Amino acid sequence: MTDAINESAATSAPGPWPDTLTRVPFWAFQREDVYAAEQARVFRGAAWHYLCLEADIPEPGDYRTTFLGDAPVIVARDSDGSINAFENRCAHRGALICLDDKGKAKKDFTCVYHAWTYNLKGDLTGVAFQKGVKGKGGMAPDFRLSDHGPRKLRVSRLHGLVFGTFSDETPELEVYLGEEITSRIARVLKDRKPVVIGRYTQALPNNWKLYVENVKDSYHASILHLFFTTFELNRLSQKGAIIVDESGGHHVSYSAIDRKAQTSNTDYAQQNIRSDSQYKLADPTMLQGFDEFGDDVTLQILTVFPTFVLQQIQNAIAIRQVIPRSPSETDLNWIILGYENDTPEQRLVRLKQANLVGPAGFISMEDGCVGGFVQRGIAGAHDKQSVVQMGGETAQSSESRVTEASIRGFWKAWRGLMGY
Amino acid sequence: MKDLQSLTFIIARAQADYARCIDDDRLEQWPDFFVEDCLYKITTADSKRDGLEAGLVFANTRAMLRDRISALREANIYEKQAYRHVLGMPCVLEENAGGARSETAFLVVRIMRDGKSDLFTTGRYLDHYEIRNEQALLKERIVVCDSSRIDTLLAIPL
Repeated sequence: MTDAINESAATSAPGPWPDTLTRVPFWAFQREDVYAAEQARVFRGAAWHYLCLEADIPEPGDYRTTFLGDAPVIVARDSDGSINAFENRCAHRGALICLDDKGKAKKDFTCVYHAWTYNLKGDLTGVAFQKGVKGKGGMAPDFRLSDHGPRKLRVSRLHGLVFGTFSDETPELEVYLGEEITSRIARVLKDRKPVVIGRYTQALPNNWKLYVENVKDSYHASILHLFFTTFELNRLSQKGAIIVDESGGHHVSYSAIDRKAQTSNTDYAQQNIRSDSQYKLADPTMLQGFDEFGDDVTLQILTVFPTFVLQQIQNAIAIRQVIPRSPSETDLNWIILGYENDTPEQRLVRLKQANLVGPAGFISMEDGCVGGFVQRGIAGAHDKQSVVQMGGETAQSSESRVTEASIRGFWKAWRGLMGY
Repeated sequence: MKDLQSLTFIIARAQADYARCIDDDRLEQWPDFFVEDCLYKITTADSKRDGLEAGLVFANTRAMLRDRISALREANIYEKQAYRHVLGMPCVLEENAGGARSETAFLVVRIMRDGKSDLFTTGRYLDHYEIRNEQALLKERIVVCDSSRIDTLLAIPL
């Protein structure tokens, strides 16, 4: 029913959408009706969303709760080892079925309101007083448990990641991702046993798409983030590239040590960019990592449309899950990873490099507020547009990272789902 | 061994100085509250309960604390803001050779550029002090925030 309302409320864009990928109307970040339409078409539509790690629920009976857009979701591992996800919404009167973030050894879920009970697959298995009491009351004789239940998600796993989708139309996960993105996820996670070493939420004062734009924006990295640039974690003149998949929605930005070229500072000096200071660390051990991938790639930022980020910044590995809360509020869940076979020295490096990210991150700190700067900046400009033209007009892979190609790609995929 | 009263007083005085130092924006002096070979972490109650090692901030040398401040001053971009720390009475948990362990509740209000004042975070300091000549220096401060949700950014130290 909700879907039906949302679908009919916004079958077309609330204003004219320019016939180019290089302009984005600011109302897309502001309007309640756009937000509601996104819930139906992007979050409950044909897209895969990160739910949790397999490592979060290793044993039968383990579960976690999360969100897919506004919708609360339970992810549980059943006795047969399968992973199931279903809405955290009782089929009776709609209350949350599960009130905890996580748990173990669960046999079933029972709604506290009227004790309707669900198994680990999300099937309704029991209704309290179904037959009434002493022959009076109770459900009608034709009431069948199997006719009722929370909506179930399709679940797909990839290298320890668990994704879910409400839609039957979403292509299989590996088709959805394509070979190139899949291989870049494999680079970080394949045949490895990730362990969660940190977890927190950053509450962002902006529309979720402003954060996604920021992650896909390789143009800003060396300009806004002085910390990054000064220590040559990410000079644009390093070897690197942007990969945008065919759909536009997924991307990888990476940089690698260029052993042939000397980094030139002249380009930066000429642009009057703040990034050219003489700043030095008193304790440089934070940036002394180890080569865990054997490919000289010091940074790989990967997004899966629309809300999943996999980050490798040196040895700082993290997942970021984007959860919209309102048109102007977003939760960013950070999941900081190590690996089971980390040596104590390697783990210490990860703890030190975790300083780079999160709300207190030497790099990520600015990303937490810059979306808010936009949200506040556009407050009186719903009918104006942002300019996303750096590096051309298309959404294609590029050897230069002085481009906004992957942002254009995001809008291409978003418009596809939204019908704008 | 010191009596509990004087120990509590020495720690309370050090903490009052610490809070004033941050709230008065004398951040360059903040590392001086620690010994050289120190541990400073900001984490959350959930992470502590679940045994997750990585928090929001990690430093195992005083030099890393200095880097925090020089990054704030020289590198990081954030809107003008200030904190007001309100500290509870330190609870001395243990006295040991040359020092003491204590726990102190805190509440931090963040005052933004436009005057907006919000309860930014609450939590407790889990401290290990070295005490010499009636002066308490931090060997270890684990800042345990009660909530795992941090609004926008955590720039200034807690």
